[in-house]
Amino acid sequence: MFSFLAQAAATTAPATDGFKFTPALGMFLAFVGVTLVITYFSARKATGSAAYFAAGRSIKGWQNGLAVAGDYMSAASFLGISGIICLKGYDGFMYSVGFLVAYLTVLLIVAEPLRNAGKYTMADLLAYRLKPKPVRAMASLSTLTVSTFYMIAQMVGAGGIIKVLIGVDFVPAVIGVGVLMLVYVVFGGMLATTWVQIIKAILLMCGAFALSWMVLGQHGYSLGQFFDSVSTATYGGSKAPVNLLDPGLAYGATEKNPWGAVDFLSLALGLVLGTAGLPHILVRFYTVPDAKTARVSVVWATAIIGVFYILTTFFGFGAATFLKLSELPLDAAGKPDGNMVAPILARVLGGEWFFAFISAVAFATILAVVAGLTMSASTSFAHDFYTNVIHHGKEHRPGQEVRVARITAFVVGAVSIFLAIKLRSLNVAFLVGLAFAVAASANLPVIVFSVFWKRFNTTGAVTGLAVGLGSSIALILVSPSVMGTDSAAMIQGAPWFPLKNPGIVSIPLGFLAAWLGTIFSARDMEAEAKFAELSVRSQTGLGAEKASSH
Amino acid sequence: MNQPDWNRIANDPDFHALQRAKRRFIIPATVFFLLYYMALPVLIGFWPALMKTPVIGKVNWAYLFALSQFLMTWVICWLYVRVARRWDKMNAALLAKLGY
Repeated sequence: MFSFLAQAAATTAPATDGFKFTPALGMFLAFVGVTLVITYFSARKATGSAAYFAAGRSIKGWQNGLAVAGDYMSAASFLGISGIICLKGYDGFMYSVGFLVAYLTVLLIVAEPLRNAGKYTMADLLAYRLKPKPVRAMASLSTLTVSTFYMIAQMVGAGGIIKVLIGVDFVPAVIGVGVLMLVYVVFGGMLATTWVQIIKAILLMCGAFALSWMVLGQHGYSLGQFFDSVSTATYGGSKAPVNLLDPGLAYGATEKNPWGAVDFLSLALGLVLGTAGLPHILVRFYTVPDAKTARVSVVWATAIIGVFYILTTFFGFGAATFLKLSELPLDAAGKPDGNMVAPILARVLGGEWFFAFISAVAFATILAVVAGLTMSASTSFAHDFYTNVIHHGKEHRPGQEVRVARITAFVVGAVSIFLAIKLRSLNVAFLVGLAFAVAASANLPVIVFSVFWKRFNTTGAVTGLAVGLGSSIALILVSPSVMGTDSAAMIQGAPWFPLKNPGIVSIPLGFLAAWLGTIFSARDMEAEAKFAELSVRSQTGLGAEKASSH
Repeated sequence: MNQPDWNRIANDPDFHALQRAKRRFIIPATVFFLLYYMALPVLIGFWPALMKTPVIGKVNWAYLFALSQFLMTWVICWLYVRVARRWDKMNAALLAKLGY
């Protein structure tokens, strides 16, 4: 799946005559300017842990809804999904569906208990009644893995896309994105990161509406005519007609790939359960004053994300009705690059300035998501690992936790920039798939058990996290995403595991390991005694972290 | 702030009522949405011919069922917000009764 973003990494850009000022570049700079002003004002407020890590818990419900939606509608969603729907039709639309339904898992199971019982990270919830050190260390490892892998995939994609959009080379583009992202995170903290996300979400929705409206205009503003064209899509006459509304173009079972249907099922499972374990989404619920507001923000996010993904029908399927395949740049494998569908569509329909606007939105998307990921990684390291594992839960000097987080952000940023440049020619798409798989297989089981199962203990949490994390990584390493017999494969040899998406195996394994680890280890009476406290806290919100006053 | 007496609250009948009320909604809703959602890849993967049948004009069952997932998500969201308002009231009454 997530091949879209990473493919862009190796995109061979159409010949650009070097660096020159374009409308797209102008809009990038305008966005950067506005967000830097926000960062400046946020920096003055970002003193103290709650202010830096959780924006003082002062974000309003609708604002957080936009920010959650923004974090979620990453470049993979906007550029990737429109591309995969354009090229693969209905199977691509399944991402739109899965990404949205996943919010029910967040709303029904995770959001309110997490806000009520936690402070800054997912591990806070686990550490209430389990032994904090091993649980936090493992949870922090899982968080850092998810965030860093996800980020490398975004950065590699970003470098390729920026190269196509404004003609800046891959290396300076990645470094530029990395440095800007660090400015938001290090100086502005969660408050700046949140506002960057909100602005981007609004821009993205405007872009999506405008693009959809123009596409519909091409079909006489008639839905009937639109779907008729989609069912006989010819890519502007450049291909034999194909019915894109029919499933199976990407995941249909074929002679070559008899596992298609099962892989599709596995993907669907990973999508619907993974979101509720994504650290950069979870940390957002700590930025609101209480659980009620967390609920309101999920509802806002669900409404916004739903509308956005319905619109992918128009700028995804619609693109296939008149965009010629020859208008798209080619990817490394010499195939049309789906990532560029949305921007190219904008150029064809709306001209140079609209192209500039959509490109700037894509750039803002990458920047904002990368900042959110860095924020969640550095929060987890500073709060879970540094303060609670190494320093037994006490800050030696005030402000130390925030300082460690800022240093961590630098390290995470530098490592991601370095790896993104190193891995630029590889297809690192499996990293995003891995992030979702780890989130669903490692994080979700322990969150669920810790809130709903009294007997759950430290051994269960550690084995659940370790097996969920380990099995996802191992299965992807031996899957067709990494292993293959063609020259593009990272490891040569026939794949040992037939599915690209490990969820259908690794998610049950994660739950099973957490359960077995618990029942085969001694009962932890202390943890069980504290179940009452956790239940009361998570259900009633009594003793929950309060909003700080500004 | 003094630590509240967690066990006393946990054993209060009103707290049990609140927990039961939440479970009565959350468990069936979760089971329903997971089944409804997973039915989509199962039907598409194993009964592709059926799902490719056009229903309204060229629009087939596959697309309509996918579209219904959006509606399903919003409806459950709306139902959740409605029942959660009642839980908020039960919760406020419980905490007020115990003096928190």
